[in-house]
Amino acid sequence: MLLAPLALLMGAPPANAVVLCLAQADQTGCVTGTVGNRANPVEGVEVTLLDADGVEVDSLTTEADGKFSFQVTEAGDYLVSVGELPDGLEVRPPAERFQGPDGSIKVTVALGGSVSPDLNVRSVDFDAGGDSFGDQIIQSIAQGLRLGLLLALASVGLSLIYGTTGLSNFAHAEQVTLGGMVAYGLCNVAGINLWVGIVLTTLICGFSGFLQDFVMWKPLRKRGLGLTQMMIVTIGLSLAAQYAFQYFVGASQQKVVVRNFDVVELGPIRLTGMSFVAMGVALVAIGIVGYVLLYTRVGQATRAVSDNPALAAASGIDVDKIIRMVWIVAAGLAGLGGVFYALVVSNGIRWDTGMQILLLLFAAVTLGGLGTAFGAFVGAIIIGLVVELAGPLGAPGDLKYAVALVILIVLLMVRPQGLLGRAARVG
Amino acid sequence: MDTILSILNATMREAIAPNTAAVAIAVIGLNIHFGFTGLLNIGQAGYMLLGAYGMAISITYDIPLLFAVLIGFVVSFVFSLILGLPTLKLRGDYLAIVTISAAEIVRYSGRLAAFEDFTGGSQGIFGKDYQGPFISLSFLGSGRLTLLEFNYTDVADGARWVQVLGLVVLIGAIVGAVVLLRSLKAAGGAVLAPTSSTLRRALVAVALVLGAILTVVVPAYADRDTATDIFSRVVAFVIFSSLMLAVLFGGQAAYAAWKTSKGRKAVLAGVLILVAVLGIFFTFPKTYDRTGVDGWWVRMIAWFIVGLSCAVVFLLVRSPWGRLLRGVREDEDAMRSLGKNVFAIKMQALIIGGMFGSLGGMVYVLTGTVQADSMGRSLTFFAYTALLLGGAATIFGPVLGTIIFFSARILIREASGAYIPDAIMTNSQTEQFSYVVVGVGLMLLVIFRPQGILGNKRELRFNV
Repeated sequence: MLLAPLALLMGAPPANAVVLCLAQADQTGCVTGTVGNRANPVEGVEVTLLDADGVEVDSLTTEADGKFSFQVTEAGDYLVSVGELPDGLEVRPPAERFQGPDGSIKVTVALGGSVSPDLNVRSVDFDAGGDSFGDQIIQSIAQGLRLGLLLALASVGLSLIYGTTGLSNFAHAEQVTLGGMVAYGLCNVAGINLWVGIVLTTLICGFSGFLQDFVMWKPLRKRGLGLTQMMIVTIGLSLAAQYAFQYFVGASQQKVVVRNFDVVELGPIRLTGMSFVAMGVALVAIGIVGYVLLYTRVGQATRAVSDNPALAAASGIDVDKIIRMVWIVAAGLAGLGGVFYALVVSNGIRWDTGMQILLLLFAAVTLGGLGTAFGAFVGAIIIGLVVELAGPLGAPGDLKYAVALVILIVLLMVRPQGLLGRAARVG
Repeated sequence: MDTILSILNATMREAIAPNTAAVAIAVIGLNIHFGFTGLLNIGQAGYMLLGAYGMAISITYDIPLLFAVLIGFVVSFVFSLILGLPTLKLRGDYLAIVTISAAEIVRYSGRLAAFEDFTGGSQGIFGKDYQGPFISLSFLGSGRLTLLEFNYTDVADGARWVQVLGLVVLIGAIVGAVVLLRSLKAAGGAVLAPTSSTLRRALVAVALVLGAILTVVVPAYADRDTATDIFSRVVAFVIFSSLMLAVLFGGQAAYAAWKTSKGRKAVLAGVLILVAVLGIFFTFPKTYDRTGVDGWWVRMIAWFIVGLSCAVVFLLVRSPWGRLLRGVREDEDAMRSLGKNVFAIKMQALIIGGMFGSLGGMVYVLTGTVQADSMGRSLTFFAYTALLLGGAATIFGPVLGTIIFFSARILIREASGAYIPDAIMTNSQTEQFSYVVVGVGLMLLVIFRPQGILGNKRELRFNV
């Protein structure tokens, strides 16, 4: 009696259900895939497999997961044809060499192998666009400001480190990832309240900056290691840190908090409520740093070190203390930026999240002028806007990042000291 | 013992893999940039990718292999101009930021769906679409080949002790060569005696004749008639004559050097290195297809190009131009006050190093696909690690560094996979662990031994 349900489970699958296809060497090959994509599958679509002459081999209707799977016993070319799609959707046409007759998709099956044709969908009126062009631009500007402010959190620190020590820190992006990772550990794994987690993360990341300076950078400065060597050390650190993240957390994307945030609409702008919080926090944090730099004795000392370390030391400033403080602040800000980046921009944190924005950080810092904190802020905002606006203005896919880098190269040709840098001989 | 031997076997396989040779070629180029001229190029992977795209896309448009390779070089030449013109007059950091950005732009563009007809988008260009012309040049024939054909399995039925004995001899030869070379280096001074031009001409002539004879004989031995393909014969002739040149000049140098005690040491070190190489193949024989996509043909060509590149770099850096490079690295202002055009020298170095980079990229894709993400930033970082490990501003440093770098990573991965229990480190974690060790190794290397294995510390304060 107890076995009865089990037997039912193991019995013949209901009609139309997708049977998993396992390719066996020299016997069978598979054509599998998903209509739509894994996040948004399309249900109830008839998928037909035809051979090269257009004769039907097999057909099925997708279920809720959108998956389809065919097994064939002969290698060769086949055509995958998709029936009527619901809700004004259409299959995104594949590259020309994969296009078969009547909108079908060509696949080449080898025995013992499996092919997955790309059956992504889009709405039929995708280029008519739900929003008018003006609205799209406004929305992109809002997103650009959001990205820019978060980039600024990290690049201000990068710029301060460069200003006070002359070091181009390639591991700074890993500080951003560290922020997201620590927050993931605290809020998602350990279940601490998000706000407490953010504060704790910032503190822990700041401490990591202190630790780095104490264990590594200060002794290396004392050894008199050249700046180029130190830069290569940061490259090594960045490599080690990335794979350490992967070692402990794995290679997949992890969310800092499981729930989704509500979307707030302000006229044509649609952003999550969290985005506004992130932008506010970033503005306040950068404002505090700016105030400290401009109006306090510590800030004055930092700028003095930035200007001329030897002279600053001679006039009684404890240069090591200033640099240690800069490391703490830089790492803390980068961590804070990392948390919010994971929360509102990249929808989670992965071992290479930081690496993806490293060049944007460098672009921001160089654009504003190497070593000037305010330049880094301005540069970050510009880079953020450029990246987000490049999409609606016609740059496809990842090219939006490339646009930011092209702007950087062009700027170096005409104004190598950056927007806010002092015109000095840099050659 | 079995585990150790199988770990070492995997390590040796990686050490002679075509990809290792390909990266070695790119690192030789990086050495011209960073080691000799002091240019901080962090976009060598971009050069590799451009070279690979240049060659592969040309071949898919039915352009002959020779011209496809030339197109790859031209693309990297143009890339150097674009990178160099705005930045070479500025401080070193700017070149660093621009090169890494440009390499990323190339990678992003290669992945774009809009260019899918040319680059295959993020899927890349499949090997079968461009490897044909290269494979068909092979004169090695078909079937499989074990190198060495006489190996440990032929002695006492391949008993374990024979293999262990081979390993001991191998290690002994390496240790002996290292000891000898160190004592030679400590003694200083030149070992090579200059040769007369008549002798040199005679040797070259003999090498060419021998090369021609081998070109006729070897394909016949390889039981495949390639006489129909003239290009295959030309390639064979180039390879065999170069080999003969190396053997004859090496033999002549050894004969001349034998007269002094220092020279005898050098010859002995050379013999020990030869014994070590034979020892590797005796103890860990490798079987691959003679031709095929991942066979001996690719390996032979890849390592031949590595040797050729070393020779070219050797000739370049001991020329007057090579002295200019070092001069720029040590003191730009002094070079300028001597009336040298520093910008032009840097640009020439960037172009030539970049061409080695693109050549490395072309070799890199001979066994796989041209896929943008496989030549990203981490590859550049690996190249730097390899360069600093072997020793920047040396001739053989890049090659030695690359071989040690790649085989050491496999050694770490396999060893931690075999000896650390799964509860502490799973199999996928050993892969990441090996990269963490690589990163930490790079840091420690730069801090404690910036001159690497072969380098000269005085020559390498590299502050650009």
